[in-house]
Amino acid sequence: MSVLQVDGIHTYYGESHILHGVSLRVGAGEMVALLGRNGAGKTTMIRSIVGFTPSREGRIVFEGDEIQRWPAYRIARRGVALVPQGRRIFAPLSVRENLLLGARADGWTLERVFGLFPPLRERAEQAGGTLSGGEQQMLALGRALLTNGRMLLLDEPSEGLAPLIVREIGRILQALKGERLSVLLVEQNYHLALRVADRVYVMNKGQIVYEGTPASLEADEDVKRRYLGVA
Amino acid sequence: MSFVPDFFGQALNGLSYGVLLFLLSVGLTLIFGMLDVVNLAHGSFYMLGAYAGLATIAVTGNYWLAMLVAPVAVGGIGALLERACLRPLYRRSPLDQVLLTFGFIYLFEDLVKWIWGGRIRSIPPPEAFSGSVQFFGATVPSYRLFVIVFGLVMAVALWLLIERTRLGAIIRAGVFDAEMTAGVGVNIDLVFTGVFAFGAALGGLSGVIAGPIQSASPPMGAGILIPALIVVVVGGLGSLKGSLVGSLIIGQAETFGKAWLPGASMVIIYVVMALVVLLRPQGLFGRALK
Repeated sequence: MSVLQVDGIHTYYGESHILHGVSLRVGAGEMVALLGRNGAGKTTMIRSIVGFTPSREGRIVFEGDEIQRWPAYRIARRGVALVPQGRRIFAPLSVRENLLLGARADGWTLERVFGLFPPLRERAEQAGGTLSGGEQQMLALGRALLTNGRMLLLDEPSEGLAPLIVREIGRILQALKGERLSVLLVEQNYHLALRVADRVYVMNKGQIVYEGTPASLEADEDVKRRYLGVA
Repeated sequence: MSFVPDFFGQALNGLSYGVLLFLLSVGLTLIFGMLDVVNLAHGSFYMLGAYAGLATIAVTGNYWLAMLVAPVAVGGIGALLERACLRPLYRRSPLDQVLLTFGFIYLFEDLVKWIWGGRIRSIPPPEAFSGSVQFFGATVPSYRLFVIVFGLVMAVALWLLIERTRLGAIIRAGVFDAEMTAGVGVNIDLVFTGVFAFGAALGGLSGVIAGPIQSASPPMGAGILIPALIVVVVGGLGSLKGSLVGSLIIGQAETFGKAWLPGASMVIIYVVMALVVLLRPQGLFGRALK
């Protein structure tokens, strides 16, 4: 059964039509990667699911509820956790305040997040804006985990990070697969995505142009060249 | 009149005026920072607070009760205004909001004229603070000292609320990034209404406290709006600390300007604002402009 089912959504920014009937699904405990070039519509897809930029047509079903008209806070409380593009840490808030802002009891606790990301414990009382890029990514991930959603949306978690830290992010994503989490991962970093994903979608110009497994995509030179710019 | 008593007298006048500006501008700066709404009707909350206080005193004769009733009543009006009128405009252009809130200045002013008439009404200070005290040779109404102490206590209480509580963290997060605050599950619409109502209540409180110093008249709301907006610009958008420091600076600048440079008093606060904007466009404690 699908945890998240997106059915033919159309999303606009003002008058410009960005998503043209996009459908995808994420099964329970599955890690699904959404790939595509800059401007393909991946972030808009995430924004539509979490209610930041609601779709005008189509359906988004999360655990049996049609959420496409819900306000963002209700979608978050229903169990959809977001690590947004650019991390969007609350810079003036302390690390602890960032983590606890949306925390809901059940499963992930502050202690567990500190266990997974030891640097956050050391900097708990520091303002979020003073953290390094890698630490901010940990904070964004910790903040999302503490909302104790059952679905995690990750938008470019490796963006702007050093290779060593990207590898660390990969390790953490592997570890999260052991949890009861379903994950939708948007990535420019194709290698990271293929390493951790169970299934893959490729987007181009606001549409899904490919659906398969990491192995089948790896073998499809045509799709890789045309839509991902990978030789 | 010698220099020292005159100086201290003016400084205390400036301080009490600054404290009133602070209570008014806190709401303005939080609303501005969080909702991106320039609420031009915010000065009206100050005026409505004074009249709500006047009405309470007329009925009960109790000034302290007025200090309680005015903010509650004006907070309620603020909540209604936000829910019914401003909410539908959040996704529209800022000009629409400016026009709407500008219109409310006249609406509230006429409403008050209609109920209480247009003449200036004085609000007597509470019995306990009706005298005056000597301070460095200056004679200072004891009510002004009460206003100063009360304002500084409020500043500390507000600081604790905003910086040290979970509710305060939600408000700071909302000022910084409202969309992402909703994204972690905070009902930001409710927070918007709450902050708007709270800001209105503080404005109303400021008005009732100002009553014994400045009297109540329908145009007082439009009159205080400009200095309050300047405080927000000087202090920095959405910053509590900026609101306090900006209020104290503008309070002194305007008071000393009136006393020492009466010919130039109107321009002094604008000069202060221009200097701050030239040196720090985001205001003294505002975050860097994007």
